[in-house]
Amino acid sequence: MSSLQMPKVDSSILSKKDKIVSDIGRIINPKNVLSHPDELRPFETDGLTAYRQMPLVVVMPETVEEVSNILKYCNDNKVKVVPRGAGTGLSGGSLPLEDCVLMAMGKFNKILEIDYENRCVVTQPCVTNLAITHAVQDKGFYYAPDPSSQIACSIGGNVAENSGGVHSLKYGATTNNLLGIEVVLMDGTITKFGGKAMDSEGYDFLGLMTGSEGLLGVITEVTVKILKSPEIVKAALIGFPTIEDAGNCVAEIIAEGCIPAGMEIMDKALTKATNDYSKAGYPTDAEAMMIVEFDGTEHEVEAYIEKAKQIAEKNNSSSLKVSKSNEERLKFWAGRKAAFPACGVLAPDYMCMDGSIPRGKLAEVLKEITRLSKKYDLPVANAFHAGDGNLHPLIMFDANDKNSLKKCEEFGADILKYCVKVGGALTGEHGVGIEKRELMCEAFNDKDIQQQLTIKVALDPNSLLNPGKVYPILRKCAEEGRVHVHGGKTKFPDIPRF
Amino acid sequence: MEEKQNFQTSLDFNQNTFKPSTREEIVEIVKNCYKKNIPLEISGLQSKNKIGRNFQAEKTLDLSNYKGIIDYKPEELYIKVKAGTPISEIEEVLKKNNQQLAFEPNDFGYLFSGESNSGSIGGVVACNFAGSRRFKVGSVRDHLLGFQGVNGKGETIKSGGTVVKNVTGYDLCKILSGSFGTLTVLTEISIKVLPKPETSKTLIIKNSHVKKALDYLGQSLSSSTDPSGGVFYPDYFGKNFILNDLTHDGGLTGIRIEGPTNSVDQRIDRLSKELALINSEYSVLDNVQTEIFWNKTKNLEVFKNSKSNLIRIVVPISETLQVIQTLKKDDLNYFIDWGGSLIWMAFDHLNLKILSEIKEITKNHQGYYTLIKIEDDFKASADIFTIDPIKYKISEKIKKSFDPKRIFNPGKMYTGI
Repeated sequence: MSSLQMPKVDSSILSKKDKIVSDIGRIINPKNVLSHPDELRPFETDGLTAYRQMPLVVVMPETVEEVSNILKYCNDNKVKVVPRGAGTGLSGGSLPLEDCVLMAMGKFNKILEIDYENRCVVTQPCVTNLAITHAVQDKGFYYAPDPSSQIACSIGGNVAENSGGVHSLKYGATTNNLLGIEVVLMDGTITKFGGKAMDSEGYDFLGLMTGSEGLLGVITEVTVKILKSPEIVKAALIGFPTIEDAGNCVAEIIAEGCIPAGMEIMDKALTKATNDYSKAGYPTDAEAMMIVEFDGTEHEVEAYIEKAKQIAEKNNSSSLKVSKSNEERLKFWAGRKAAFPACGVLAPDYMCMDGSIPRGKLAEVLKEITRLSKKYDLPVANAFHAGDGNLHPLIMFDANDKNSLKKCEEFGADILKYCVKVGGALTGEHGVGIEKRELMCEAFNDKDIQQQLTIKVALDPNSLLNPGKVYPILRKCAEEGRVHVHGGKTKFPDIPRF
Repeated sequence: MEEKQNFQTSLDFNQNTFKPSTREEIVEIVKNCYKKNIPLEISGLQSKNKIGRNFQAEKTLDLSNYKGIIDYKPEELYIKVKAGTPISEIEEVLKKNNQQLAFEPNDFGYLFSGESNSGSIGGVVACNFAGSRRFKVGSVRDHLLGFQGVNGKGETIKSGGTVVKNVTGYDLCKILSGSFGTLTVLTEISIKVLPKPETSKTLIIKNSHVKKALDYLGQSLSSSTDPSGGVFYPDYFGKNFILNDLTHDGGLTGIRIEGPTNSVDQRIDRLSKELALINSEYSVLDNVQTEIFWNKTKNLEVFKNSKSNLIRIVVPISETLQVIQTLKKDDLNYFIDWGGSLIWMAFDHLNLKILSEIKEITKNHQGYYTLIKIEDDFKASADIFTIDPIKYKISEKIKKSFDPKRIFNPGKMYTGI
């Protein structure tokens, strides 16, 4: 565990561990209460593996009533609770606390209803993102938000983090594809926000809960909208001699009124690394490489691809290939999706940053990253969801060298600060969690943060639900950790990350 | 950006209506009202001020002078404006760059005053009423990227920004959308803009029966032809549409298809086949007529000058038919938008008994209603919005966290909030 400060440990809770275990064992099946260190170990970290902490106890409720009763018990007895879905989050949102009850939602793993008439799916929160698409694809439907960890991440976790994905430029993030949730507040109140009808009346609690990183309630049911799968999908693989050319091409494609389903850029370092790793046939001599994908009806996609081609040529593209088949399209993506493991080959460790910037600032920001890379003497490779301005620099370092880790963390913080400076955001899709907590004051002033904390207190007066996340504890802008990967191994090496 | 604590302006605190033109003035007004417990009615361009409960406020904060475009970056797909900026002005500027507000804000002017008044951007966000493209592109709240506002203590707060992907902190853009000015005075608004489609055409199907219409709409929305609008007008409203290519004046179902010209033609053709329509059953409106048709829809023009009460009912599409059949009375006119999910229903006569029936029916069918226009003497006693006791309790807490002394639009949404 690093030196990141977490909420003060309540020693009276630690000393009451046996009582808490037996009390909760009366609320739920005692088999679903884990307290032995060997049982707790798998829960000590999430996708942000640089930070580890064993919880006091792990509980695995099976019904919403059980969730409610546990929360009520914890609220009455001032026990902290950390909710957890699939545990794939990259910002440490479900990092346990020493004196917490870790509420693992893994048993909420069933799809409850598929409603084609209303084009929605009602599901329990620990169903994976991809399982929703799998459940409806035989009828030609799918669930649009596609975080790259979609084979493993849970839909409840997606709601908590407001997850995005490659296609969020055209289809939006989780918040735009969500119709309703059932949620349990810290005092045990069970309620539903939204439902199968569009929008809801009164204050938009559904919107407030989405992306609140487990600080306001525990999600026990999710209703998402599903879309009809597009008739065809085509992608173009385009090389550019400079980052500026690629950046201009992005801006022009958008300005021309074509909204691609996905638009990705990689710099030369990452293009080469991913091509070596996956043999995707990338133009490795290009300074920047773009994958732009369109979906829709045949005429529509042809028209957009043609327009994108013209714009790319106008912007000095050095190579251009349009997918002729779905296999070829997937091959275009194969390298991009292998960005993490490809970097693992290049350096013992790397950290993945997640900043958001205005599309037009890409060249400027990449120039600054190159400058910082020289300053800190650490190599960096850049992946960029160009369509929606979400930048993922991968900083390579050696964690066995303490100085290298420290430099990497400073480098990462400098990048995020620069993102905010050019009008972007600290995090586009990974969430704040503990990872970017201390950088919050780069984006917000005291009053902004105070307003958010007041909302937290309104719903959780004792600050027991997932404390220590998102908001700085000391209110000083220290520079803390990132997604840290050692020896090319993430916690789940088989899950694509980008 | 910390607040200047002792900012002095020439504001006269004896006046009943404040018309600030700077944020500093707004801050000073709110701070003063907070200190003295003075309730404020927040007002924009008066286009939707009649929606909501009647409430008493000592002073009015009129934001119509706080207007102007701060920053418009077409290639970044956003526009940042002051809250009092008229929607018409924003739409005009966007049009020059071939862009638009994709959520199609309703123009309630025709309903309330007989002429166009699409209101201010602040009002549109505060009400969160989206037009016909709702089921495809989302509501107003889905397009609000960021805001700056003044909370009930007079503190300037912000959330979000100008980039589409931003998960930094709670998404306050959502909680403020549809809060009817009860939480924060919006000052600056950054809103997502989108390119105007190259072509928009509308498939108009002649049919008078709501059941058939809902079948058409349901089938269209589940097809890969990707419609961006779906409405049904019963017989009595058909005559409101006088368009070159509209060959009859009875009930009609309208389905809009947008995109590159070739693709639109191809999809219209395919949709007519998927719906098994024969030639005499349908017509296709071109770009110009399509614009007129959908403007009339978003502007609720069929209710222009109507003296009736108007209720906005939202239910899942599977429930629409039953809700209409259960509520159907002789004096009732309605049309359906949002591809079948939104029912605009006009009642000549409304009383508390009928209203509680409507409330019960919409609730039983997993939906909600909002009273948009009702007789004044009836307004004081009626529930304008639906809410359950648990959400009321949570709403009270949220209200308090933004506006602890309840000075913003007190009682506009619910008693006590």
